[in-house]
Amino acid sequence: MALFQIAEPGQAAAPHQHRLAVGIDLGTTNSLVATVRSGSATVLPDERGRPLVPSVVHYVAGGAPTVGYAAQARQSEDPRNTIVSVKRFMGRGIKDLPDSAATPYRFVDAPGMLKIKTVAGEKSPVEVSADILRNLRERAEASLGGELVGAVITVPAYFDDAQRQATKDAAQLAGLNVLRLLNEPTAAAVAYGLDNAAEGIYVVYDLGGGTFDVSILKLTRGVFEVLATSGDSALGGDDFDQRVFCWIAEQAGLSLLGDHDTRLLLTRAREAKEALTDHATTRITARLADGEVVDVELSAEIFQQITQPLVQKTITPLRRALRDAKLQPDDVKGVVMVGGATRMPHVRRAVAEHFGREPLTNLDPDKVVALGAAIQADALAGNKGDDEWLLLDVIPLSLGLETMGGLVERIIPRNSTIPTARAQEFTTFKDGQTAMAIHVVQGERELVSDCRSLARFELRGIPPMVAGAARIRVTFQVDADGLLSVSAREQSTGVEASIVVKPSYGLADEEIARMLQDSMSHAADDMKARSVGEARVEADGLLAAIAAALETDSALLDADERAAIEQHMAQLRAARDGNDASEIRNLTEALNLATTEFAGRRMDAAVHKGLTGHKLSELG
Amino acid sequence: MSFDFSRDYFELFELPRSFRLSLPALETTYRSLQSQYHPDRAATQDDTGKRRALQAATQINEAFQTLKAPINRARYLLHLAGFDTMEETNTAMPMDFLMQQMEWREAIAEAKAAKDVGALSALGRDLQAESESLVTMLASLIDDKQDFERASESVRKLRFMEKLQQEVGDAIDVLLD
Repeated sequence: MALFQIAEPGQAAAPHQHRLAVGIDLGTTNSLVATVRSGSATVLPDERGRPLVPSVVHYVAGGAPTVGYAAQARQSEDPRNTIVSVKRFMGRGIKDLPDSAATPYRFVDAPGMLKIKTVAGEKSPVEVSADILRNLRERAEASLGGELVGAVITVPAYFDDAQRQATKDAAQLAGLNVLRLLNEPTAAAVAYGLDNAAEGIYVVYDLGGGTFDVSILKLTRGVFEVLATSGDSALGGDDFDQRVFCWIAEQAGLSLLGDHDTRLLLTRAREAKEALTDHATTRITARLADGEVVDVELSAEIFQQITQPLVQKTITPLRRALRDAKLQPDDVKGVVMVGGATRMPHVRRAVAEHFGREPLTNLDPDKVVALGAAIQADALAGNKGDDEWLLLDVIPLSLGLETMGGLVERIIPRNSTIPTARAQEFTTFKDGQTAMAIHVVQGERELVSDCRSLARFELRGIPPMVAGAARIRVTFQVDADGLLSVSAREQSTGVEASIVVKPSYGLADEEIARMLQDSMSHAADDMKARSVGEARVEADGLLAAIAAALETDSALLDADERAAIEQHMAQLRAARDGNDASEIRNLTEALNLATTEFAGRRMDAAVHKGLTGHKLSELG
Repeated sequence: MSFDFSRDYFELFELPRSFRLSLPALETTYRSLQSQYHPDRAATQDDTGKRRALQAATQINEAFQTLKAPINRARYLLHLAGFDTMEETNTAMPMDFLMQQMEWREAIAEAKAAKDVGALSALGRDLQAESESLVTMLASLIDDKQDFERASESVRKLRFMEKLQQEVGDAIDVLLD
């Protein structure tokens, strides 16, 4: 019996005060926000009672963007400024897009991540997502009557580091405190498992609007342990619409459709797909911009035939996840279906065939992820007194480093339970090498060029040694959000370089700061630039002086001494072209020290020279 | 709730330092340790608390992965005993083992060329059985005989077997796609 409640430092002192926290399912097609009220999770609807928010943002010149149904209504008439399925662009560059021709957008290849030209200016996918999240935050705060302490945001399990970082950045931009990024299938498993007191091995098959995930979980007395996850972050219900769209165009003999007609027919394609869930045939009619009328009939049979390759594409990740978990289909106790696209009968049939059992569809596939996220948010915010359940998730893709010849050295294999850390030692391959480039990649392929580049950084100031003598220890740390940080350290000297991965895709912290405070002056940058400038001037002065001294007095040095000085000079010259002020200063100081002896000899020589040639009598 | 980082993995899991261990006991302790130290338990704490939770949970995961997989567990026990398994440098294997490896590789290549998933699956099962007998031998070499020299060699053999099993699995995946 507890007589006193003793709060641990840093934890909530008032146990009865309910802290407002929400779970957000930021989907490709639709988004939802949910919370736990009086012990049960519920989705928060809008003022008209609608639970979903279409993940659509419409931008106007000089005004606030509209989000959701209102934005969706503008889609056909203003396709270029109405952004749909922005999740597909998160953390992606233009070269990553397989079907950019099929969207009406004007993309700009910005450093880090692509941007979309709108009448309200260029928008990065992070900003568009932030607009959706802000809308959900406002809905939640209005509905719950207070400020949120935080949110759990769900991401596809198969999202890589750049996509995760972009999602977290979007939440930050929308003014949300991210308690945790949670994998969508894991969220679904929480909602399902807690609801059904499930135990054993469960598979979550999550086919959303734009992403496909499969996770295999072991449920044991309140512990949700993800054993393996796999998927395809560019496969979803949208692709089914696309197939139907192509079929309509082919049937009606259409080519070279404008933005408006494309958008219209894609909408009709989606409606047809949805209709065929419960009907054997459906009629597709549309009036195009030039007055031409499209009128075709699509049967469920044809629909299933033209989209069967997409369904088949989900089976490969399913098999891979089972293999990674070292399990057979028979070991699985239940398959939970998540995502609106799992309503399609032939998807359900394919899954049933693979496992030899009917999948579980008793939870609303649109809401289950948001509900699970809400339950997790409630626990993380400290509203649950007794910690009776726990999530143990994994990293979806292997992390590695580039080594000689463009090959990948795998450091953390996929499906490692997070948080996790791994260190690996590397060495220099040239005599006197003082810097080492570190290139972090993510993916399963052997060649760097086939993996996703996450970050590049440089460990500088390695003391010159013979090739292979330096020992550089690179440590990867993946936190509970699945986000990576990397640090490197030269073992014999302790020279250290540590960075939170500054993604090649995704946004650097500075870029977030810029977006948050666009109007603020670049004072910090200017100060940094000035400091670098000053250090360079100092370095240049010293380099010039020593070069001149070597010109006139090199006779005072033997070959080794001269080589040592020249090496210091070369290091400083390399550094002065970089932007690291403290390194320039350190190397300037080092060069100064290395030439002390030389300066002394020159002084002696000068004094000597000053004396010789003068007769003693003259001095007297 | 402070976490003692100086304990070795067996101490952390309150298990005797031996190769033979109870997997259910290991898993139960794993869940109870993570229930105490996981970052989800520290979500409302300050940055120091969060960092400590991250480090503790990372250590628990590392320890669990090390103790769970027989090859990692053997490597770790040998390391604790001051033995390096020299998997990167010592490639001198007994002739009969190398011959057998060659035979496995030929069989895999043949099955791959014939696109015979059944044959590959059968090979996979044979390799699994072979690995299991190596694991049984490791238990005896480490726990009963303390013959760390020969145990190191068994670890190197097991590593070869794992690579073969990986290859068979990859080949099956390619054929099924």
